[in-house]
Amino acid sequence: MSFKAYDPGDFYDELFTAPGVPRSIATLLIERIESLPIDSLMLRQQAAQHTLFKMGVTFNVYGDAQGAEKVFPFDVVPRVLSGQDWAWLEKGLQQRIRALNCFLDDIYNEQKIIADGVIPRATVESASGFLPPCMGLKPPQGVWCHITGTDLVRDRKGDWFVLEDNLRCPSGVSYVLENRTVMKSSFPSLFEALDIRAVDDYPSQLLSTLRGLAPDNISKPAVVLLTPGAFNSAYFEHSFLAQQMGITLVEGRDLVVDDGYVKMRTTQGLRQVDVIYRRIDDDFLDPQVFRADSTLGIPGLMEVYRQGRVAIANAPGTGIADDKLVYAYVPQMIRYYLDEEQIIPNVPTYFCEDEKQQAHVLANLDSLVVKATDASGGYGMLIGTQSSKAEQAQFAEKIKANPRGYIAQPTLCLSRVPTLIDHSFQGRHVDLRPFILYGRSQSPYVNPGGLTRVALKKDSLVVNSSQGGGSKDTWVVNGP
Amino acid sequence: MMLSRVADSIYWLNRYIERAENVARFVEVNLNLLMDNPVGVAQQWEPLIAVTGDRLLFQARYGEITSDNVLNFLTFDCDYSNSIISCVRSARENARSVRETISSEMWEQINAFYLMVEDAAKNKPEDIRDIYAFYADVKMASHRFVGVTNATASWNESWHFGRLGRLLERADKTSRILDVKYFLLLPSAKAVGSPLDNLQWISLLKSASAYEMYRKAEHTVTPASVARFLMFNPHFPRSIKFCLCRAEESLRTIARSPEGDPLISERALGKLRAELEYVTFDEIFQQGLHEFLDSLQFRLNQVGEYIYTDFIAPPSVPQPAFSQMQ
Repeated sequence: MSFKAYDPGDFYDELFTAPGVPRSIATLLIERIESLPIDSLMLRQQAAQHTLFKMGVTFNVYGDAQGAEKVFPFDVVPRVLSGQDWAWLEKGLQQRIRALNCFLDDIYNEQKIIADGVIPRATVESASGFLPPCMGLKPPQGVWCHITGTDLVRDRKGDWFVLEDNLRCPSGVSYVLENRTVMKSSFPSLFEALDIRAVDDYPSQLLSTLRGLAPDNISKPAVVLLTPGAFNSAYFEHSFLAQQMGITLVEGRDLVVDDGYVKMRTTQGLRQVDVIYRRIDDDFLDPQVFRADSTLGIPGLMEVYRQGRVAIANAPGTGIADDKLVYAYVPQMIRYYLDEEQIIPNVPTYFCEDEKQQAHVLANLDSLVVKATDASGGYGMLIGTQSSKAEQAQFAEKIKANPRGYIAQPTLCLSRVPTLIDHSFQGRHVDLRPFILYGRSQSPYVNPGGLTRVALKKDSLVVNSSQGGGSKDTWVVNGP
Repeated sequence: MMLSRVADSIYWLNRYIERAENVARFVEVNLNLLMDNPVGVAQQWEPLIAVTGDRLLFQARYGEITSDNVLNFLTFDCDYSNSIISCVRSARENARSVRETISSEMWEQINAFYLMVEDAAKNKPEDIRDIYAFYADVKMASHRFVGVTNATASWNESWHFGRLGRLLERADKTSRILDVKYFLLLPSAKAVGSPLDNLQWISLLKSASAYEMYRKAEHTVTPASVARFLMFNPHFPRSIKFCLCRAEESLRTIARSPEGDPLISERALGKLRAELEYVTFDEIFQQGLHEFLDSLQFRLNQVGEYIYTDFIAPPSVPQPAFSQMQ
């Protein structure tokens, strides 16, 4: 099917430099797609969606009338990155994770970064993810953020920016793995012809990271994945990862604190648990310490954790770095802890707490993106250029009422990738979420590529699954 | 060693599927029998309710026993926990919550079963008796599930919990079918040996899918030999003894108790199985067949309770606030 009619438009297109001119790393891909009749391509698209549905690669949308499982829409045209671009991104992400980890360890212990005036105390303490019960905690090897999903975007000129960090329970890696499986059956010849970096190593790397957190004297650590249960929107991923790693998937009610240790209820009695990969928000982890009404966590868990008798990934308390105001200080963190300049830049950010900046924000609501500092999933956001006067007025009130709760950023014109819409190729905006593991070894491991999320609605910049997004496979191709 | 909650779900999903299958089988046979019966034998529908043990519930919800009411109650009543649709929904919910522990084929089969039943419920014909073919579909879906399980799941602890649940359920249902039908099938001394009587016994055998196998083992149809076949035949997969022997095997495999030190659930099931193994038919008739079967059902329930306290929720361990008993 031809790309003749495809117009990259006035955007950075990941596959084309100009109409009809593919990027060198994408040439073979474009040739292959063009050689396929439209029906064949549509068939591959449908087969891919069907396979994903049968495999159960679904998610539940909160508040959706249908409620039940939906396939996360998948588009068969991949996004391609060059090996060189990737090497640079990898270095930048590793740097970022190291600095964030130092920050977390510092903020919950000596707080030197506050004492040295780099970030205000008020900012840290007002972050909803800052958990006072985590003060003084010393997780194994001083690692707090074992599993991170950092969202990256490209602007109109093709420059990369970090949009945000997700250090609590980042999800999406299961789509990365399943999308790749499905793509291999859609375009086997391309996988043979191109040198595409494999992504399948992730579960092994993850398992090894998790096992590495157990105290040294335990030769066969019992690792479990703690899920809120089958009704959680990301349940598929929880069960998929547990299965791929060969570890037990547990819910809060399967665990109990007994005799100073965390144990799981088995048919042969209680069995000790050494490492918990938790996919539950900090707030729900332990009703004795955090939300008392939580039925998802384990009473007494934090005390066992404090005593060093169980490891938890990610460490409780990492949520503070998800805060979008704290995000704005990452360049300073990199300088402060690593004595380096930030490799991948942040998006320029306005602090609504600052009078002058707030005035600027309020005067330019129709051209900025405003985000609630403690929100995620694309909720709590105003995209100025696509909003009504009424929506802008609403946000203005919210900002004035709670300036600490909002930041604003210029609207980036995200890059686009050709996407199969109704039998034709149309450009749709994308972002990229690579997954980074940080454990015992010196360098954080960055899974090649990551999840390319695509905003399926025309002109939409919101890529989240909960808001009508879909995904594509991401190919890191070592150059021709 | 597996999570208690997962063992519980596997045990129950298998019980629910077996339960749905048994309801379907029993209903189908009775629909069949009605077509052969002369007009006037109106009690045909009553035994179906009696077998469930939920007569009071039925009366409260429907009042009068009519073919429509009974069929709706047993097949599509979402508020009755032992209807076919409720059983299949419960089976699917259980499967969904432990999806990562069952094979993808098992999940697909349960899901297909569920969709088939939901579809039939949405497209009910005016006269519910017209969904005759549906009951055959339910039985097949259950068989497919067992087949897929046996072919794709490792025969490990999880598989044994499934078999245990299925066979305990089957033993219970076979005993109920026998209990109810046996006494209702003797309307008067005059009728013994008559074509009507024979038809009824054959229908009882068909209710347990036992007719052809019975014929191979026994050649004539008498009340005693039918009862004997369904209770004691060591080879027929739906006989009570067969079920208890295999259930006991699975329970022993799960428990891995040291020699001479069985768990209470093993003791209870072992004793029950031994009784089926060694009791004579005369002894049963002295006690009374109905009393014997009634006691069997009671003891099967007890075994179920002991399984729960031995493996799922031992009283010595503090239980979470939200354990689910099914």
